[in-house]
Amino acid sequence: MFYDLCSIFMTLYNQADKNTRLTWIYISGFLVFVIGVGYVFAGAMGNSSILYFAVMLSITTSFVSYWWSDKIVLAMSSAKEVTHEENRELYHLVENLCITAGLPIPRIYIIEDSAPNAFATGRDAKHGVICFTTGIIDKLEKNELEGVIAHELSHIGNRDILLSTVVVVMVGFVTLLADWFRYGIFSKRSSDNEGGGQLQMILFIVSIVLSVLAPIAAMLMQLAISRKREFLADASAALLTRYPEGLARALEKISSDQEPLEVANHATAHLYIANPFKGDKVSKLFMTHPPIEDRVAALRKMDV
Amino acid sequence: MSLGIIVIVVVVVLGLVLVGMYNGLITLKNRVDEAWSDIDVQLKRRYDLIPNLISTVKGYATHEKDLLENVTKARTAAMSAGTPGEKEGAENMLSGTLKSLFAVSENYPDLKANQNFMELQRELADTEDKIQASRRFYNGNVRDFNTKTEVFPTNMIANMLGFTKREFFEATEAEKENVQVKF
Repeated sequence: MFYDLCSIFMTLYNQADKNTRLTWIYISGFLVFVIGVGYVFAGAMGNSSILYFAVMLSITTSFVSYWWSDKIVLAMSSAKEVTHEENRELYHLVENLCITAGLPIPRIYIIEDSAPNAFATGRDAKHGVICFTTGIIDKLEKNELEGVIAHELSHIGNRDILLSTVVVVMVGFVTLLADWFRYGIFSKRSSDNEGGGQLQMILFIVSIVLSVLAPIAAMLMQLAISRKREFLADASAALLTRYPEGLARALEKISSDQEPLEVANHATAHLYIANPFKGDKVSKLFMTHPPIEDRVAALRKMDV
Repeated sequence: MSLGIIVIVVVVVLGLVLVGMYNGLITLKNRVDEAWSDIDVQLKRRYDLIPNLISTVKGYATHEKDLLENVTKARTAAMSAGTPGEKEGAENMLSGTLKSLFAVSENYPDLKANQNFMELQRELADTEDKIQASRRFYNGNVRDFNTKTEVFPTNMIANMLGFTKREFFEATEAEKENVQVKF
């Protein structure tokens, strides 16, 4: 692929730029897809007001999870907040990386679990939250833990929470339309439209196909974007620490540990630095995170 | 469309582009200034810790008067340094004297075991880390600003409006040299 040729000159900055560029290409493509799907369904159902309903409903449900993302996720994960006094070393590691990144210090939480993992959430940098398992703190060396912290801070700094919420709104929009079409809501009977019979038929047939495929396609696009953001967070982390090997080793250690994380469930799985459900064998397309080998290879290719 | 309207549109668009470029330069310049004052905050932390360190060491290492005086002198020099260039040199000298002080304290086991001393040592080590971190942040912002003043087309108005490149906060030659290990 073209981008592989460019990897000869892969520096930290190239890596970050490439992933940002790809994100926007994917999002534009996704937006075109969403608009196209909306047009087809609206045409088939003979009703364009459903588009507004779908958008409003999608935004409303996503807004709640976005605005209170920190509280919601922390409640689901039974995490405990950590103060400066309680864990000075960890706090200092986070604080120093925040100074390098120019970010405010997020609230730090810990989950009691020996499976090594970490995540970041929060609606913006001022309300940022990062969380570590006791496992990851115990099992990683200082350089490796710094890589992980830098990766999580990069998610906050790159506004990935906001981005993924926008993407979820788009996925929700498409899924709602598909569902409403299948349940025959909002559709005018074709006896109302004498003139546009031919177009109506085509749209109807396409809609039937789309009502099954579109939600799947939307989900695949969401996962593709999620994977690119993971690569970007890795590249940004390497830029912060100037030591990609630290994060590379951390990822290897995390992936070689086969213990699944107990508090993780499918709703929160995508937030973690590595897939918390060990032993899941799914196709690359359905993964929220890129395969660890690819991530480690990308990190080791970078010329600091 | 009459020629007049076209000319007006072109002028307005050009104006907006110029305003955009100017605002971009101002934003980046302010980030550099803020990043510099962030370094100052960390440096001040170090200055504040040193008097306590000196009085602790004095109690145990009564023969090291010269060393302690060097630290005090270096601290005063660093605190009064003005430009980034001067600051850099003075700060690196201060780091050097502190390094010597901690190296010498290895000879005084009572001092090493003192709680206050250990605490100060930890705090100073952390402050060094923070100075490095804020230095990297500053350099990152300087890089962005300098790039903006050099790329086309912003470089044209940058020169006209007096936006000049800023210096990086470097490590001195002495720091970069490998330490000679002599037995």
